[in-house]
Amino acid sequence: MSVETFEKILAEHPFFEGMRAEHVATLAGCVSNVKFDQGDYLFREGQPADRFYVVRFGRVTVETFAPTRGSIAIETVDAGDVLGWSWLFPPYKWHFDARAMTLVRAFALDGVCLRGKCERDPALGYELMRRFAQVIVSRLEATQLQLLDLYVSQP
Amino acid sequence: MSASLEEASAAVADAARSPDPMRTTPCRVRRVLRETADTFTLVLEPPGGSLGFAPGQFDMLYAFGAGEVPISISGDPGVPEVLVHTIRAVGSVTRMMQRLRPGDRVGVRGPFGTSWPVDLAHGHDVVVIAGGIGLAPLRPALLHLLAHRGLYGRLVLLYGARTPKDILFPRDLREWRGRFDVAVEVTVDRASPDWQGAVGVVTRLVDRAPFDPGSTLGLVCGPEVMIRFAVAALERRGVPSSEIHVSLERNMKCAVGLCGHCQMGPVFVCRDGPVFPYERVRPFFGLREV
Ligand SMILES: Cc1cc2nc3c(=O)[nH]c(=O)nc-3n(C[C@H](O)[C@H](O)[C@H](O)COP(=O)(O)OP(=O)(O)OC[C@H]3O[C@@H](n4cnc5c(N)ncnc54)[C@H](O)[C@@H]3O)c2cc1C
Ligand code: FES
Repeated sequence: MSVETFEKILAEHPFFEGMRAEHVATLAGCVSNVKFDQGDYLFREGQPADRFYVVRFGRVTVETFAPTRGSIAIETVDAGDVLGWSWLFPPYKWHFDARAMTLVRAFALDGVCLRGKCERDPALGYELMRRFAQVIVSRLEATQLQLLDLYVSQP
Repeated sequence: MSASLEEASAAVADAARSPDPMRTTPCRVRRVLRETADTFTLVLEPPGGSLGFAPGQFDMLYAFGAGEVPISISGDPGVPEVLVHTIRAVGSVTRMMQRLRPGDRVGVRGPFGTSWPVDLAHGHDVVVIAGGIGLAPLRPALLHLLAHRGLYGRLVLLYGARTPKDILFPRDLREWRGRFDVAVEVTVDRASPDWQGAVGVVTRLVDRAPFDPGSTLGLVCGPEVMIRFAVAALERRGVPSSEIHVSLERNMKCAVGLCGHCQMGPVFVCRDGPVFPYERVRPFFGLREV
């Protein structure tokens, strides 16, 4: 896939919607095209978090492992979502496992490359942080709702 | 779309109301369907046929020797010969009802209350968001929408349950998924390892759902916290709150606006609801008694 194709597909992904064309072009320089078969791990807890994923097809489960309960699914991430923000913050390690529940096609965005570009272009850094902050807040809100265990304590 | 929503749903409700709302009619239990570990469906035969109902309305069901509870009608409005109610056993009356068998009798008053304003969504997209047992009051609306599919734009159902075992109406969901004219997304809060579906709260599904926010009617039912977050998610997508309708639950006794048990500020949930335009009830959300 050419950089132009990456650029076009990125621009159409909901996460990058409305982003300035030059910023998308800059990001496209850090992208690689990846594919995972069902059951493959995209990343595992404790490994270096050096990238994030823009999911284009399929479903990924984000899970953690408890010795007495095995793998516990926390959430699933689908086409149209982004996966992973640990690349943004020290110690740059994954906190969860991410496993492909189906065939998954995604773009991997190289975190080291991105961090460098954000340092040099604070406007791009701000834009990316703003979008990630939105994702983080919405996932946090979802987790809080999950913890409330709403369907048990109706109404 | 919203100007006459309340009038229209009130009119539908009035047309379906029985002549004496305080009279209990004994109905024979035709079938009892086990839905999940704590939820079951009663299929009742009203003597002399049903009076009909509008999607979203409820009946007062009386279990002899136990008491009376408000339960939404979960059946097909196109099949009014039977009265269908899906009930979660949570306390004394509903647990008693769980023990009913075919041939037993249940007292029924109703139907009561306002309905989902489905007719006013003609030509628009409809997004139905249900959590837990909240799918039961929405089922008649979904069946109505599907029976008149050509009248609507895109149709989306977003449903959240606690675990895969708590998913209501799996047969319906499978059938609706098999149709290509409705987008059905189901998610659970907690999954067993063999679950291949989505995990996460139902409100997360709103962000990706295929509908045109400027021309969408939102119908939401579930626990109140879930309703609040679902409405917020719809608003974030750009659906005006005037186009969002919710169904509320409050303790009830008379069901006809006399006793004040269900009062919430100036509104009586039994008479002015249970289906409300969200704007009307927003100030009372999260309050049990006002
Ligand atoms: C308009 C309307 C429509 C309704 N539709 C349905 C329906 O379609 N299906 C259905 O199952 N229920 C429905 N309900 C709720 C139902 O009326 C109550 O669950 C029922 O009244 C409980 O009566 P009970 O005697 O079994 O329990 P109670 O003895 O009154 O309560 C026992 C325990 O259950 C808790 N509880 C009470 N209500 C609920 C509830 N809704 N959910 C969880 N816990 C509760 C109480 O706080 C208490 O701790 C509806 C309520 C309203 C107002
Ligand atoms: S239940 Fe009596 S006023 Fe509503």
